[in-house]
Amino acid sequence: MIELIYLTILLPLLGFVINGFFGKKIGNEKVIGLIGSSTVGISFVISLLALIETINLPVEQRTNVVELFTWMSVGSLNISFSYLVDQLSLVMALIVTGVGFLIHVYSIGYMHGDKGFYRFFAYMNLFIFAMMNLVLGDNFVVLFLGWEGVGLCSYLLIGYYYDQKFEKGTVAQAAKKAFIVNRIGDFGFLLGMFLIFETFNSLNFLEVFSQAKHLTGAESTFGFIALFLFIGATGKSAQIPLFVWLPDAMAGPTPVSALIHAATMVTAGVYMVARASIIFASAPVILAVVAVIGLLTAVFAATIGLVQTDIKKVLAYSTVSQLGYMFLAAGVGAFSAAIFHVMTHAFFKALLFLGAGSVIHSMHHQQDIMHYGGLKKYMPVTFLTFIIAAFAISGFPGLSGFFSKDEILWFSYANGNFVYWLLGALTAVLTAFYMFRLVSLTFFGEERFSHDKYHPHESPKVMTIPLIILAVLSVIGGWIGIPEVFSGEHGNVFHNWLAPIFLDAELKLAYYGAHSHTEELILMAISVSAALFSMYGAFKIYTQRREIAEKFALKFKKAYMVLLNKYYVDEFYEATVIQPIQKSSEKFLWKIADNKLIDGIVNGTAVVITSFSSVIKKMQTGVAQVYALIMMTGIAAILFWIILSL
Amino acid sequence: MENSQILTYLLFTPIIGAVIILFMKESQTVLIKIFGLLISLFAFAVSLYPYFNFDYTNPDFQFIHKVLWIESLDISYHVGADGISVLLILLTTFITPITLLSSWKAIDKKIKLFTMMMLLLEAGMIGVFMALDVFLFYIFWEAMLIPMYFIIGIWGGEQRIYASVKFFIYTMLGSLLMLVAIIWLTVAASKNIGLYTTNLILLYQQAPNIMLDIQKWLFLAFFFSFAIKVPLFPLHTWLPDAHVQAPTAGSVILAGVLLKMGTYGLIRFNLPLFPQSTVEFAPFISILAIIGIIYGALVAMVQTDMKKLVAYSSVSHLGFVVLGIFALTFESVQGAVIQMVNHGLSTGALFLLVGIIYERTHKREIAYYGGIAKLVPLFAIALMFASLSSIGLPGLNGFIGEFLILLGAFQSQVLDSWWYVVFAATGVIFAAVYLLWMYQRVVFGTVTNEKLNTELTDLNAREIIVLVPIFIFIVWIGIYPTTFLDLSEAPVSAILEHVKNYTFNFLY
Repeated sequence: MIELIYLTILLPLLGFVINGFFGKKIGNEKVIGLIGSSTVGISFVISLLALIETINLPVEQRTNVVELFTWMSVGSLNISFSYLVDQLSLVMALIVTGVGFLIHVYSIGYMHGDKGFYRFFAYMNLFIFAMMNLVLGDNFVVLFLGWEGVGLCSYLLIGYYYDQKFEKGTVAQAAKKAFIVNRIGDFGFLLGMFLIFETFNSLNFLEVFSQAKHLTGAESTFGFIALFLFIGATGKSAQIPLFVWLPDAMAGPTPVSALIHAATMVTAGVYMVARASIIFASAPVILAVVAVIGLLTAVFAATIGLVQTDIKKVLAYSTVSQLGYMFLAAGVGAFSAAIFHVMTHAFFKALLFLGAGSVIHSMHHQQDIMHYGGLKKYMPVTFLTFIIAAFAISGFPGLSGFFSKDEILWFSYANGNFVYWLLGALTAVLTAFYMFRLVSLTFFGEERFSHDKYHPHESPKVMTIPLIILAVLSVIGGWIGIPEVFSGEHGNVFHNWLAPIFLDAELKLAYYGAHSHTEELILMAISVSAALFSMYGAFKIYTQRREIAEKFALKFKKAYMVLLNKYYVDEFYEATVIQPIQKSSEKFLWKIADNKLIDGIVNGTAVVITSFSSVIKKMQTGVAQVYALIMMTGIAAILFWIILSL
Repeated sequence: MENSQILTYLLFTPIIGAVIILFMKESQTVLIKIFGLLISLFAFAVSLYPYFNFDYTNPDFQFIHKVLWIESLDISYHVGADGISVLLILLTTFITPITLLSSWKAIDKKIKLFTMMMLLLEAGMIGVFMALDVFLFYIFWEAMLIPMYFIIGIWGGEQRIYASVKFFIYTMLGSLLMLVAIIWLTVAASKNIGLYTTNLILLYQQAPNIMLDIQKWLFLAFFFSFAIKVPLFPLHTWLPDAHVQAPTAGSVILAGVLLKMGTYGLIRFNLPLFPQSTVEFAPFISILAIIGIIYGALVAMVQTDMKKLVAYSSVSHLGFVVLGIFALTFESVQGAVIQMVNHGLSTGALFLLVGIIYERTHKREIAYYGGIAKLVPLFAIALMFASLSSIGLPGLNGFIGEFLILLGAFQSQVLDSWWYVVFAATGVIFAAVYLLWMYQRVVFGTVTNEKLNTELTDLNAREIIVLVPIFIFIVWIGIYPTTFLDLSEAPVSAILEHVKNYTFNFLY
């Protein structure tokens, strides 16, 4: 099945073509939904078979390349549509197609009755196509094709309800913002590729990385490459300073938020950093930057999540925060921990979004949690699965999020320092708090909605079954990454699986952890109990003593307003970047430089010539004597000049 | 050297077509239109012959046809094509029928004259791309100005006279410089071997030996005349006016083919004739190109008129092409050549689309529109597609060109600094800004203007036929550019080799 891996890319493309071109004619939701989800489902099966085949290969043969055809061949640049099947890409492919498939199925129910049903499924399949190129591409350019492709699908799907308002602006503005902010990141990515090509004369992963392994004394080159690539990652994966698009991306339909803005696309930056781990490992300074940016983003976004009242906004900031965790992991050289968190996060965050979608669906698109309350009795399956996901993300012992988060926290201490760990643990506490605030306000307490307007009900099976499957994965998904401290001699299975990919990077970084298991257990106990306490606190406050939260908000009104307004980052960018560029372009470049200055010179020349000719033309008197006089003067002048020069 | 007359047949196809139309009755408008279209399609078919019989390994000019014209000055009718010429000739013969079909309804007066002018324009453009005699080149270069001048001046918008005069002043200034340069070049070159000739192939061997002091002036004279046509910042201000006032067909030809004559001239004349000056001026010209990329994009962003927005975007895109040429690496020049074609396709498509709704509403102001996705869904998809191509989305054509240009410029020994590319690459951000912002304001949102409900109708069959071929090539180049890159590979590498051989400080 490895050699057929390209089918996992072509099938979703086929689905896009069928639904995109003929969906309107087909019209039947069932057929469209079936085409849309089965193409992704089959891709999942193929990926799974390829995984099994790879597992059965000896470790040194687990890297396979499947080439389709040449894309660009110019001079020494040789780029093909070819795909790399190895331990890392298979994990990513399974996440994308697996979670993707469940979300496609869920969407059949969620999008039921929507006029653009076929359009939705066409875009979703196009997204899977692009995302598979991103994770399977065997060179930076195919990765970039996927990278920009998912950006396009994100744009199209955020803007799906293109004629509607969104918060202060419109849905269309949110979509445009996402694309442009991503493009700023892509600008960095492009520069990174150019520098890679200049340094290694190739853009092919295997070629570049095997050279990078042996290249020494090029720390500044590596530093610039890593920095440029990381700029790309901050765009796609919504990190400081380019995170601003992701919260607005919530303008899209909720399954889109689950698939693109939680489970898959936004983790592309983490994947890319992990894929290029040897480059980042060769640039320790930038690696530290990755860790710090990740950590700051994690804390920063979590604090904003504390006070948001839109259910999807809370989850959006949570995603930004969790992505920060992944970069923290990568930044301390724990690349497999980062990918592990990518996977578990895909399960529980997709579940949270889909659960939120189920709530929104039954509450007639009301998204304000202040207008929810007591929903658990109306929608038990949604409630149960949602709370499992909330436990998982909060790091409840034994659930998937516990293992991945714990691993990251441990490495942030072992390979990093105590401050990394402390801020990481603080984020875990904040996460537990806002998640249980969300759970409490949504499913518990008194009903804060009018029954005349809202008739909450459980969603249909086509939506709840994906929820249940994801809930199971959120529970057991972490069991393949049980740390050594618990699993003993088997070690961490997930870590061992990916180990060959990150071997070179780890050798280069050479962290020799002289840390004991006791240390690990103590830190774990502290962070877990703090998180548990935080969950309990949030639950107590928001189910029984909401006045505490209100008083708190009143007392620290300024801080509360800053959080509520997301630290005014959007306003800051508007005032310092967007407005100045726009104003100076309009008022100076266009109206003055172009219209007055350059055109002034052109038209001025024309005026000068016209006025000159209006003087000259006076000589055209028609009187022959005058012409003769001028002629004689001319001849005399020429003669005079010749004589002089003799 | 084989002697083939195929290029001559191609050149005369539209001319003969125009002459036949001259004898047709003014009132037979439908017949004239159909005949014009058929002639242009026939010309396209003829132009496929050199493509299919092209020898990819041969970097020299092929299909040469040479007839001595003015013996005492060794001026000949001398045409031939290398891969770059073939590519641009194909672009010309491909775009011409599309523009004729697109103006089926839009042009409603003096149809006979219009069709003749379009065919003569086509002949002029084809001639420019195949001329191998500097004198002949100049004749085509000038000849093609006249129909363009009339197309803007007769079928243009309200301020067409101002626009066409401005167009004429600018381009005449360029032509004048070129004429002086051609005379000076041939005289200076003849001094070296004592024989006067206007044969470009011979001049390639002689001109680089002209003293550097003179060579620099010659370089600049050619450069300015081409830079006006490109147009390179700050010589671009004729373009927005010309585009806005020109009828759709004029805009499409202007953006699609005419501007490429400038960049083609730079590759055909400046690089091989004056290699040493090329290398010395390259950094300065690249800076102008980059200013153009950013400046064009920023000014495009704040336009209120859709057509002007697309016009300024051309300034930005052509900046990429010029940067690619003067970065003087194989990748960047290959990128520049393919980007000439790309710009013709994507900007051509954008002008067609703007023209299509203008035809219905007679409004070009962005503010007039809003929420038209609901009213004209097919149009909305087509505009999105053309915009994405222009933005340079990987998988579509624009990416190939921009990527190769920037990648090449980054490695450039002549420029020797990252900063050129760091600034130039910001163009990819701004391109997304101006196009998506326009798209958001025109297509998305709710229909605020009641009039649109009655005015707008979706793409009709003719308009779809006009757009689909362009879109096919947009995808084709995006996925499998090899078809086109292979054409220009041998000549580009030969030109760069030539430049390298004649320069003493060119580093590789």
